[in-house]
This record gives sequence, structure tokens and C-alpha cells, in this order.
Amino acid sequence: MSTGYAVSGGARGRYEAWTPNRGTEIISDHLAMEGATLPILHAMQEAFGYVPQDAVPLIADALNLSRAEVHGTMTFYHDFRHEPAGKHVVKVCVAEACQAAGGHVTSEKVSKALDCAFGETRPDGQVTLEPIYCLGLCSCAPSAMVDGRLIGRLDDEEIEEIAAECRA
Amino acid sequence: MSAFKLYVPGDAAAVALGADRVAKAFEKAFAEKGMDVEIVRNGSRGMHWLEPLVEAVTPQGRVGYGPVKAKHVAGLIDAGLFEGGEHELRLGDVEKIPFFARQQRFTFARVGLVDPASLEDYVAHDGYKGLKRAVELGGPATVEEVFESGLRGRGGAGFPTGIKWRTVAQCPPGQKYIVCNADEGDSGTFADRMIMEGDPFTLIEGMTIAGLAVGATKGYVYCRSEYPHAIKAMNVAIKAARKAGYLGKQIAGSDYDFDMEVREGAGAYVCGEETSLLESIEGKRGLVRAKPPLPAHKGLFGKPTVINNVISLCSVPFILANGAKAYADVGFGRSRGTMPIQLAGNVKYGGLYEIAFGVTLRELVEDVAGGTFTGKPIRACQVGGPLGAYLPEHQFDTPFDYEAFTKIDALIGHGGVVIFDEDVDMARMALRHGVLRGRKLRGNARPAELDPPAGWRRWTR
Repeated sequence: MSTGYAVSGGARGRYEAWTPNRGTEIISDHLAMEGATLPILHAMQEAFGYVPQDAVPLIADALNLSRAEVHGTMTFYHDFRHEPAGKHVVKVCVAEACQAAGGHVTSEKVSKALDCAFGETRPDGQVTLEPIYCLGLCSCAPSAMVDGRLIGRLDDEEIEEIAAECRA
Repeated sequence: MSAFKLYVPGDAAAVALGADRVAKAFEKAFAEKGMDVEIVRNGSRGMHWLEPLVEAVTPQGRVGYGPVKAKHVAGLIDAGLFEGGEHELRLGDVEKIPFFARQQRFTFARVGLVDPASLEDYVAHDGYKGLKRAVELGGPATVEEVFESGLRGRGGAGFPTGIKWRTVAQCPPGQKYIVCNADEGDSGTFADRMIMEGDPFTLIEGMTIAGLAVGATKGYVYCRSEYPHAIKAMNVAIKAARKAGYLGKQIAGSDYDFDMEVREGAGAYVCGEETSLLESIEGKRGLVRAKPPLPAHKGLFGKPTVINNVISLCSVPFILANGAKAYADVGFGRSRGTMPIQLAGNVKYGGLYEIAFGVTLRELVEDVAGGTFTGKPIRACQVGGPLGAYLPEHQFDTPFDYEAFTKIDALIGHGGVVIFDEDVDMARMALRHGVLRGRKLRGNARPAELDPPAGWRRWTR
């Protein structure tokens, strides 16, 4: 048996459909926390794949904040999606250490292999490609994360594997 | 108790190089052969060019093999890895590999050695000795011990940790907080990630000691969302510590209360700045606060707050367990103790290298790191992240010391060293640097933070 904490596989999977009841339930799970806004937004995204606009007034009411405050917080952070992502999410590191290891060429190759520009979701909804600013894998650069799976020393073979994964 | 024990790192860098697949392949192979083997997902030893580096427990001690791919698994079992059998990937005792043997591992002593999910293993390897001593000393003497050690903030600013603690300790009793800055956002840094994944109890112990020292009962680790493995490891460890009475009311049978939790960031680079980090925990946009007031006076939710970097807090258990002097005895000038240096980018032997201050950049990048991965000459090294500088070869004899680096308009920062070979287009890097930085900060920083980084200034000159 393996012990430890490895998290593999990942973010992919079927998300729940938004309902106000489920939203309220998620909020009430976090009410005992100090500064609950970010944990609630994370939990919403984990449940629904994005933070539905309808969740904002519910969070504001529950935390005794204005809608503008919750909206302001939500839009400040890159992580929170305003709409569902593609079926697969590919994040490629574009920070300095990965650049030192040829990351600018690699990231262009990934974009070409997936036929998707950075910051966009392909029209068929199959894949979202995003830049990420450091995964802490700087000693085995360039790096990427595909549906939560980490990849170091990203090469042509890995890129082909990513493209194949994203066709499924 | 299983008949055999195998360590397969669960560290994110090892995982990125295939460690999960290797662990699975071993599990399957052992099951097929009917072998009873405990697979421990340890942290990384820090020699990332050898990852996944597995270690088999043999009658002669731990024997390493690496870098292992799933395709090697059958061969390793046939070679008799639990007897330390010969194999092309055999490394022997990994602690004898020069990259490892030359280090002074104070803070990272347990990383890669222990099972990060096991509190028993932590205690068996000198864990919680620091807390025990802090309980004996009491709050004020614990603060002085940290002050005496000369420990300075490992997140970049290099401010004496003991002074921060004193300031909070001197605030009137009441709600106080310990906040750990684990928003390790600068490229080329991964020490925080490695220690949270490989030895999370050290951070818990460090924060608990800080709480006891200044009279705080609640702690938060603000960890960036790009580090899911670290968040998971911390949460597993916090739960175990709470269950065993090391967190909660009357910790470890003392009169002190302390509990903590992890808060996940959400992809905002600016939240690595301590006041915007506090805003973020409070549930707001991560806008930088004006100082004063200092967080030590008015920090999280307006209460006195110690805010320290992960490595600063993780240095504390060693200091308490071994005494301030043992820590301060090594170092250079006013930079006391050790620095976990991260060797990254276009690097032959990349990874984590903990050593006393005073080592030169040349020793690090030429001897220890072995130059570039591409084999081409080194053009420059970026030290200290985007706020630091790109150092050309003629500055490589600068010793690792806060003051020496300041003198050449550079920064030790977090101890990240990113190596570039001669193919790098410095103009493009600098330009990119400016663009990236602007984008990452997204206009949310105050003018002082928008001051061009040293690297950019150097280049434009």
C-alpha cells in the first residue's frame, strides 16, 4: 500500500449543475470561517467548474457584504472562472526559469499542437489553454499542468501525449 | 508491518517527472509477485536531475536508484533492490552523493528522509524537540532565542525575525495571529513547496512555537493555488497534529493553545506581498496596504500579526531544539545560519542546496550545479526572482550574503538562482520581465512597487 499525499489525476470530471440550493449549502459550510469569501469562491468553482454569477448575491447576503465587494474580490483573482472551461485544461508555465530552458519555443508548440491560443478555449469546447506563472518545477523546466497532472521537462513526446489526451 | 519498504517521492517535481507512474508500476509488480512492500511517498532529496529517485530499505541501509521510469520497475525488482542489487540506475547511499554530502541541512534535515504524512516519523527524527524547549523557556525567552540566532526573513527582505516577534509579543494581550507567507510566486523558487510537501510538520511546529512566543492562538498558511500537492500535504499533517494534541487546546500537554489552517490563494502574484496577502485572507482584493501601521501592530483583521515566510518559520524548530548558537555559528557577516538555495533554469544538476551563507555564486553555479543543461557557457544568473537582478559572470565571486548582494544592487531574495546559457536573448528576457511583471501586478501595486526591478534597470543602463 502506498501512503503519502500524492494528488494525481485531477481537476477534470463532471461538475454539478448550478442550483441556488446547492450554492446556499456550500456557503453555509463555510460560515464559521474568518474571511470566508475566498474559500467559498474556491468551493463554488470546485463544485460547478466556475463561479456562477448568481452565486454572487447569495455570498454577499450570507457574509453581510455588498454585491460589489464580492464581485470585486471574485474578479481580482485569475483563478476564478466566470464561465466553464473546456473539457481539458492545459496550463503551461511561462515564467523565467522555464524560459531559460527553452520554454518560449515549447509553449508555441503546445499552442500549435492543441490548435488553441493562450488564454482561450477552443471553439469545440474540448480544451482551454492558459499561461501559468510558476509551478515551482523550475529545476525540471519547462513545465506544464494538464487537468491537474504535472509535467516536467516538457518535450515533443510529452506535447504529443497532451494533444492525444485532449482529443479524448 | 510490511516485509519491505520502498520510498518513491511524492514531491511535485518528482511527480512531474513520472513518480506517480513509477509508484503505480511498483505497486502492481509487487502485487503480482506477492511481495508485501510498504511504499512511502516521501519528499524529494533535492537532487532533481535524479528524480524520480527511489530508495529501497536494505539490510545495509537505504539504497537509491534513479532516475527511475515505469519501464525500469521489473528490472529493478529482478536486480533485488531490497538487497541493494546492482543495476545501471543504482546510486548507492544517496547521502554520499557530493551534491548532498556538501550541504548543511539544518532546515531541510528531514525532507526526503521521512514520511511527510506520518507524525510518528516526524517525532522519531527529532520533531517537536523545539516546541518542547519553547514550552520550557516560555514566550519571552523563546523570542530572544530566535533573536539571538540572527535569523532573518527568508522570503526576500532579510528583516530580523526576532524583531518582528518582539514587536508582536509587546502588543497588549488579546487576539493575535501567526501568518505564514507560502505564496512562493517568483520563478526559480521552490524551497517552500518542497518543505511543505516533504516535511509539513516542521512548518506546523515553527508556527506553533511562534504562537507560543508572541501569545497568538491562531495561524494561517496562505499557500498559492499553483501548489496543490503542498496544500494537500499541509492539510494531512495539520489533521494528524490536531488529532495527536499538537494543535488545539493545551498543545502537547502545555498551557498554550494554538491551532492553524491553510488558506488557498487564487492566482494573484501580488499577494506574495505581505499586506496584500493579509487582505486576501480577509476575503478582499489583494491590494497593498499603506505602512504604517505595520502588520505587527495592525495585521490580519486589524490584530497584531507575525507574518513570516515558510523557510523562516521552518528554521525555528532547529533553532529552539539546538540552541541559537548552533544556528548562528555558521554563516557570513550579518547573514547567520543557512540558506536553502534553489538551482534552476538551464541547469545540469538542478535542485535544492542548503548551505551556510558565504558560499559564492561561482561555487554554486559552476561546481554544485555543474553549469548548464545544454552544456553551453553560462551567460547570466537571475538571483532573487523578478525583484532581484541578472548577474553576469564577472560578479559570480560575490558571496551569498544579504549585505554583499545589496552592495552590487542585487538581492538574495528567496535564494532562487536561475541559470541562462549564452543563447539567451537578454533584451527579450528583460522586456518580457517588464511585461510579465506589469501583467502579474495588473496595476494593483502602489507606485513604490512599480519601480522597475533591478534587472530591468541594469539592462536599460
